Amino acid sequence: MSTILNAFSEAGALLASFDADFLAIVGLSLRVSLSAVLIACLIGFPLGAAVALFRFPGRGAVALMLNTFMGLPPVVIGLLVFLILSRSGPLGVLGLLFTPTAMIIAQAILVTPIIAALTRQTVEDLWREYGDHLRSLDARPLDRLGTLIYDARFSLTTAVLAGFGRAIAEVGAVMIVGGNIDHATRVMTTAIALETSKGNLATALGLGIVLLVIALAVTATVQVINAIGARKAAIV
Amino acid sequence: MVVRIASLFAALFLATSFVGVAFVEAQGTPLTLASTTSTENSGLLGDILPRFTKDTGIAIQVVAVGTGAALNLGRSGDVDVLLVHAREDEDAFVAAGYGAFRRDVMFNDFVIVGPDNDPAGLRAQADAASAFGKIAANESEFVSRGDNSGTHKAEMRIWKSTNIDPVIASGRWYKESGSGMGATLNLSAGLNAYTLSDRGTWLSFRNQGDLKIVFEGDPPLNNPYGIILVNPERHPYIQAENALAFIDWITGPRGQDAIAAFRIAEEQLFFPNAARP
Repeated sequence: MSTILNAFSEAGALLASFDADFLAIVGLSLRVSLSAVLIACLIGFPLGAAVALFRFPGRGAVALMLNTFMGLPPVVIGLLVFLILSRSGPLGVLGLLFTPTAMIIAQAILVTPIIAALTRQTVEDLWREYGDHLRSLDARPLDRLGTLIYDARFSLTTAVLAGFGRAIAEVGAVMIVGGNIDHATRVMTTAIALETSKGNLATALGLGIVLLVIALAVTATVQVINAIGARKAAIV
Repeated sequence: MVVRIASLFAALFLATSFVGVAFVEAQGTPLTLASTTSTENSGLLGDILPRFTKDTGIAIQVVAVGTGAALNLGRSGDVDVLLVHAREDEDAFVAAGYGAFRRDVMFNDFVIVGPDNDPAGLRAQADAASAFGKIAANESEFVSRGDNSGTHKAEMRIWKSTNIDPVIASGRWYKESGSGMGATLNLSAGLNAYTLSDRGTWLSFRNQGDLKIVFEGDPPLNNPYGIILVNPERHPYIQAENALAFIDWITGPRGQDAIAAFRIAEEQLFFPNAARP
């Protein structure tokens, strides 16, 4: 019990210290996970909307795959990316193993199916509602895609946040492809794993509390922007 | 709005990237050392590597994994230097051409930790083999690394010398954690079980619970560390020059003195034993 209480004071001390090493770890966590989410959005939004709107053979199978891949095990994706980026792997010449870029790639693979699957569902529902209208306007397929993604923008925020939550909390993939290297690839979750293995349980839990606070700050920021946007949209 | 969400993320991305880029690019491509959790978790590398960088201006980074995993990273050419502790495997690694050469660096020893009340009576035993025999005879809970690490290999060598195969009791009194030394010690502390640990990790470990050292000081518990240059002829991108500078430093007077000076709670954890030129 005292460990749990100590964790809160550790968390407070970490936040108040503005320690350069600690801030670098927080910064890298945000950089890696936000970049991964950005990439996942660029792929996932159009992919999910396309599966929702267009009729093509195997469409049901693709939708099933997207839903299944929401549960991709981070360790397995980490291992796969590791083997591809390893000096002995197909992309070894790039020398990307144990770099933040490798971590972004792994997390983007984990997050893309979440964004795509949730986009597909949201856009499909909207299409059911506004499909006739769009058809009557004789909108071209790509315009329909863009219009529906745009109309779904507020619902899609939740998809983005789900993806961000997955990325920032994930440890299995970044541990393998990043290597948890001090001052290079150490992020919040791998630091927590390290402190746990050192037996510094209060520090580990304290870092966990800080991680939650940061996730809260990011989520709140997105929600506030979303609410302002929704109000403006309602006025227009 | 999509554009706006995207630009928000782009802004956040840019805001955070300078932090990361600043400290990655400041180092260029650093020399990469694969080492074991025992040298990293005990704080040894964190203590001596900055001295090396200060002496030579060469940046070095550590990937801390078990010895088995470290040898694999060397085999695939993903790291430049290995600092590991499994003598037979190290020699085989060099003999197979994966490593250019191996040198002695230091040693410490393994200890058997266990519940303070010592239900299997290890404190009364004369050697490590009979201590392990007592654990098996008593079916006292024992946590094994089970991860092909240097410590795991040392444990299996001792079991072999007792002619007991503990793995048949796997999941009963013999529990394989499959993780690093620290995670394994957390498990032992939780179960109040026996386990084999290197002394360095044990002394620096902060969640000891009711565990104490119950057996130590037998020659099979010696734990020598060697340093290996990953063969640059196999992997052209190995930073051989900087790697050689590091090997010369850690086996030379500066590195050896730094190892000897490293202490936790006034106890010396690693004993330098590189061949003096």
